[in-house]
Amino acid sequence: MTLLEARGLSVRYGKTEVLQGVDLAITAGEIVTIVGPNGSGKSTLLRAMIGALPLSAGQAIRKPGLRLGYVPQKLAVDPTLPMTVGRFLDLPKPVSAERREAALIESGAGTLENRQLADLSGGQFQRVLLARALLNDPEILLLDEPTQGLDQPGSAAFYRQIEHIRGRLGCAVLMVSHELHVVMAASDRVVCLNGHVCCSGSPEVVAQAAEYRALFGSGTQGALALYRHEHTHSHDGHDHHNHDHHHDHHHGAQAPEAEHNH
Amino acid sequence: MILDDFLIRAALAGIGVALAAAPLGCFVVWRRMAFFGDATAHAAILGVVLSLALSLPIIAGALVAALAMAVTVSTLSGRGYSMDTLLGVLAHSALAFGLVSVTFVPGVRIDLTAYLFGDILAVSKGDLGVIWGGAAVVIGLIGWRWQRLLLSTLSEDLAYSAGFDPRREQLVLTIALAIVVAVAIKVVGALLIGAMLIIPAAAARALSTTPERMAVLAALIGGLSALGGLQGAFILDTPAGPSMVCVAAMFFALTTLFKAFRT
Repeated sequence: MTLLEARGLSVRYGKTEVLQGVDLAITAGEIVTIVGPNGSGKSTLLRAMIGALPLSAGQAIRKPGLRLGYVPQKLAVDPTLPMTVGRFLDLPKPVSAERREAALIESGAGTLENRQLADLSGGQFQRVLLARALLNDPEILLLDEPTQGLDQPGSAAFYRQIEHIRGRLGCAVLMVSHELHVVMAASDRVVCLNGHVCCSGSPEVVAQAAEYRALFGSGTQGALALYRHEHTHSHDGHDHHNHDHHHDHHHGAQAPEAEHNH
Repeated sequence: MILDDFLIRAALAGIGVALAAAPLGCFVVWRRMAFFGDATAHAAILGVVLSLALSLPIIAGALVAALAMAVTVSTLSGRGYSMDTLLGVLAHSALAFGLVSVTFVPGVRIDLTAYLFGDILAVSKGDLGVIWGGAAVVIGLIGWRWQRLLLSTLSEDLAYSAGFDPRREQLVLTIALAIVVAVAIKVVGALLIGAMLIIPAAAARALSTTPERMAVLAALIGGLSALGGLQGAFILDTPAGPSMVCVAAMFFALTTLFKAFRT
């Protein structure tokens, strides 16, 4: 069952077309990771899919009555706004104290309930935002670069937590990431974005390559190599026929699982 | 009857305005709309002049002009204009056109001072009805949308993800602002409405840990400022509206000092 879908979705900021004709459907229970270089429109795609941005073409379709948990990249809380974590979790719908506490514990923010939002560190804020998303009992969780500002063990722990949450709730997860080598293990599908969907498919291929590299102690190299493979080709045309070739080139014979969207 | 005493009427008018201005003032502070409030209030002067020219009730003209300005600014704010400059242009132009156009109104020579600085001691029973009616509408509106307004203020994206449109919540605030301006113009005057919105809320901030507490404390501080200002005006023979703002400013200084010493 499709929960959330982008159909030919395009977004413009002024004259710049940030996203062009993106097709992406998330079905129940799957973990999808969007990767791409800076400025590739990853966050824009997420925001467009929750309806926060006007589309210049195409549609963003939600399953009617979809329970959605959105975890934004960061929140700029004005220092004049007094807001405890506990009070924040009551927005927009008040929930019971037990549920608040359970959500905070599950997202690893168990001790923060009485703290002011403005006083939280980046990592703490991220966990509070996750707790808030969980309170909606989400069918789909949308995470925008959830590990930004965390170190590698920190991100790994965060992703294990997401996997655990997915296991418990059975929710789909759509996340934006720049750390492919850590994300991959949990993802069912990786979507490579650079203004449009370059390619998408099972991450197995990539996972093997990354494991290989991790063995040799160059974790970030894995991600960098992958970026190179996805983004060195020209984006002004619509000619993406050389993908398989690139996969082969970088990852050996296991490549052909990647599926082309153009 | 108790309302026959002009001082009682003035006190009730001041409290009514303080109650309406408190929750709205909190949002004005949180969303950094201070100048937005000024622009709306200044536009109301133009509205007052128009109602005098057309022999309409003052409140109607003030409300229409304030609403027109608030909606204009609110619409433009989403379109990438440099708001600071634009608000400055709109606010001061509205005030200047209001002050100039009053000379073209035929008949009685009108003193606009009452509308610039307020004339709380001249509040009639009818005015009281309008003020408390307006306050009830504003408090009702903001109370009804409270949760959604708070979430929209924290993050428009979270509002969208929760399935509602934060622009609609913005419109609620815009309408509430126009109403507060229209009913407060008689009490504190167009030039000091912004002060009654912002100062009690800012004073309450230092003592608050939740938005609800801040709104309630702002109402309390606003009400006490109104009463204190009236009393001061009566004893010292000073203008009532500005005296109320002075007391509010003293509250702000006190709570800010209190916080600075406690932490």
